[in-house]
Formats: sequence, C-alpha cells, structure tokens
Amino acid sequence: MSSIPQELSYTKEHEWVAGLDDGLTVTVGITAYAAEALGDVVYVQLPETGATIESGDAIGEVESTKSVSDIFAPVAGEVVEVNQTVVDDPSLVNSDPYGEGWLFRVRIEGTPEELLTPEEYITVTSAES
Amino acid sequence: MSRPTPLREVHESLGATLTDFAGWLMPLRYGSESAEHKAVRTAAGLFDLSHMGEIFVTGPQGGEALDHALVGHLSGLEPGRARYTMICAANGGVLDDLIVYRLGAEEFLVVANASNYERVAAELTERATGFDAEVDDRSDRYALIAVQGPRSQEILSTLTDADLTGLKYYAGLPGTVAGFDALIARTGYTGEDGFELFVSGDDAAPLWQEITKAGDAYGLRPAGLSARDTLRLEAGMPLYGNELNAGLTPFDAGLGRVVKFDKPGDFVGRAALSPLKDVPPRRRLTGLVARGRRVPRHGYPVVLMTDGTVVGEVTSGAPSQSLGKPIAMAYVDTNVSEGLAVDIRGSHEPVDVVDLPFYRRSM
Repeated sequence: MSSIPQELSYTKEHEWVAGLDDGLTVTVGITAYAAEALGDVVYVQLPETGATIESGDAIGEVESTKSVSDIFAPVAGEVVEVNQTVVDDPSLVNSDPYGEGWLFRVRIEGTPEELLTPEEYITVTSAES
Repeated sequence: MSRPTPLREVHESLGATLTDFAGWLMPLRYGSESAEHKAVRTAAGLFDLSHMGEIFVTGPQGGEALDHALVGHLSGLEPGRARYTMICAANGGVLDDLIVYRLGAEEFLVVANASNYERVAAELTERATGFDAEVDDRSDRYALIAVQGPRSQEILSTLTDADLTGLKYYAGLPGTVAGFDALIARTGYTGEDGFELFVSGDDAAPLWQEITKAGDAYGLRPAGLSARDTLRLEAGMPLYGNELNAGLTPFDAGLGRVVKFDKPGDFVGRAALSPLKDVPPRRRLTGLVARGRRVPRHGYPVVLMTDGTVVGEVTSGAPSQSLGKPIAMAYVDTNVSEGLAVDIRGSHEPVDVVDLPFYRRSM
C-alpha cells in the first residue's frame, strides 16, 4: 500500500486522528486504505455539531457505490465541527482522505483511548489484504 | 480459491481491484467506478465477462432439445439471431436466465450466468436425452469480451471487416476482430449499444490490447463489475440472485413474455407455469427512486410510510449517476404504489415509484 502519514494516529476501523498530542481537539477522517477499499464514496453521514460521543459508538456512515460502513467514534468527547464540504462532495474522501476529506472534530473529554501508531495500523491493513 | 480468467494479468497490470464473483477472480473496478459508468454512457467501456458460461447444443434436433429444456421457442430462431430466455425447474422456478444464439441450422450457443452454468449444462444434458443433439460445455475454452457504449461500433469497425452496421440488436455473426476469430454479437447488459465478442481464451489478452489501442481515441476505458452492476440496474435489467431466483417464476418477475406456451412439444415447467399466466402475482418488480441520499440495498424491506407495514423487499439498489439519486428495484405488493419508504438500517427513507427502466438511451 501507499505510505501513510506518520504524524497521525489510527484505529483498527480505519480512521485517522490528528492533533492527539495537543490533547484538546482532534480531527478525524478515514484512511486512504479504507477509501480505496470502499470505492467511490457517494454519501457521508456525520454526527451533529454539539453531539456527545463515546469511544466506539457508531456515529455516522460512509456509503459507496457497493457498500456502506459505519463511522466509529475514535475518542470520547463533544463534536465541535463537522466538514460540511465533504457532506456536499463526498468524493473528497477518495481524492484527499487526509486533507479536504476530513470528517469531523472532537473536543476530547477525559483520557483518550490508546490509538494505533502508523506502524501498528499498517499491520492491521496487511493482515486484511 | 477463485479461478482467474485469461485476462487476469491484464487486469493486474491495469491496477484493477479484483474480487471473487461466483467463484471467479474478476475486476471489480480499475479506478473510479463512477468514471467507468460514465465512459459506457458517453463513449465506451471494455469488459471482461469470461466468467460467463458458454454451452453449445448441436445436432439435427438441437432446436427441439432446447424447446423442451427452456421456456422459449428456440427452434423458431433464425440462424444469426439471439433470444433472451430462461431455464426453469419442473415447479416453474427460474434456474437461470440465458441468451441463446443460433449460430447455424444445427448449432446453438447458450450463454449462462457464472453462478449457474454448471447446473445449466447438467440440466441441458439431462433434458436433451432422447433428442438427436449434443450438449457440450465449452466455458473453459472461451473468453468473453464486451465493448459497450455509443462509440462501440466506431471502435470495432477499425478492427474488423464484419458488417457491424447490418448486425441487428440480438444478432451475432462469426468474423475476425484484430485478426482473431470471434463470434461478434450485438448484445449487452448496460442499456447501451454494444458488442460481445466470444473468443478463444488464448486470444483474449492480445485482443483486449488491440481494442484498448483502437478505443483510445474514442474515450474507451476498461470497466469492472461494479460499473456493470450500476449500468444494468439503471437499464432495469434483472440479475440472477437478485431479481431472479429458483423461488420465483418468470411471471413473478414480470417476464412471463419469455414463456412460449404455443411452441411445439412439451417443456420442463409447462405444467406448473401454465395456470399462472393469467393470475396477477402478489408482488411486482418495481422501480424506486429515493428522495434522500441514502441507498436502498439488496434485502432491505419496503415499508409503508404511515405505519411501517412491510410491503416489499429491495432486490438491487445503488446510487444512480444518470438520475443523480439512489435507485432500486424491489418486489412490492401490487396494491400499493404511494407512500412508500425503504427501511435503511432502521430509518424509513421515503421513495417514489417510477416506471422501469430508470434509464433509456437516446437513439
């Protein structure tokens, strides 16, 4: 697979989490590996701004031509922003998964879960393929 | 372990995402399936359909044997023409939907779905007993390459001397394409004009390359099973395993017209199907267009908006590029046509009933 950003954290549900080091607000998206596996994304359903989420909750959906997948909350906290641009143009998940295709931001509450390092995430993807 | 087609290495060199389909390793998509879908609607797409089954029925009574084995009237087919038909069980259930080409007075080619062709070959062999006819499953020797889309004829005409202009829809003729022997058929599963080329497996890869070269100037691109599925869904064409199965008769599927009761002789399924021809089925295959953006998918219940009563089930669904909305085919009770929704993972999403097909090409 192609290289993955080294500055991000990951989940085994193929999400990336940015900004964890600051410990305040993180940005969440899905990985290029997941986007590639889904195919053309046609619909993204995101949580509402202001929603309180628990780590592991199914809080949204990513739908492609052939399949639909849940989005799981990688951390607990409050959703403070959702990417309306990606809701309007879901193909950004395919074209720029780590950039314009980001999904939502969460203000973390409590101590965040242990997330995967880039090396650990690559192990997850190679086990699947 | 999935079986590769003769084009596996070509697909891999194109960076295809390969998937298991009915026991075959098939290209799901080469890049963006939306772009592949669009190419077929506006220019042309190139498909590997080598997973399909090719079963030859030959002999003086080949037509009579097929009249007995299938629901259609194949002995009445002109040489060079093709017919959409079905093979049914004795109870009337659909075992497969087929295209039968009459290649000559005593030679027929039965094209079966990948998931069913072994069963079809076995049934044809058994049902041909007592007829002066031979059934020969040559699926392993044949590859099938399809060129589909409005530019298909222009592209192929650069590679063949065959009279493509004179070749009608649902007709086939032997010829050469890029120097390779082929049965050239004007058939398809996309809702567009197009051709299907039955060739020796050994010729598949070089022929694919020649068509790719010839099609480059016309916007031809390789297209995978994902695009094939959305194209056929827009065209309202049934897929075995979704709209058709052994628990449904041709009448249930709204395809009773393929059952020819007036052909000579008895046929397997006649006794069960005959009483059904004037009985309206309880459910009808129905086109649905979603008002929202969530996609109804295979197996989802169709419900009444008012109280959630289940009145049907989705057989196929996908985002439709041509309509810009999700579409679905569903079996729906015939006494309801308004106030419908699809239960999409617990949420009732409103849908409108439309006539099939969803998409019809402009001539």
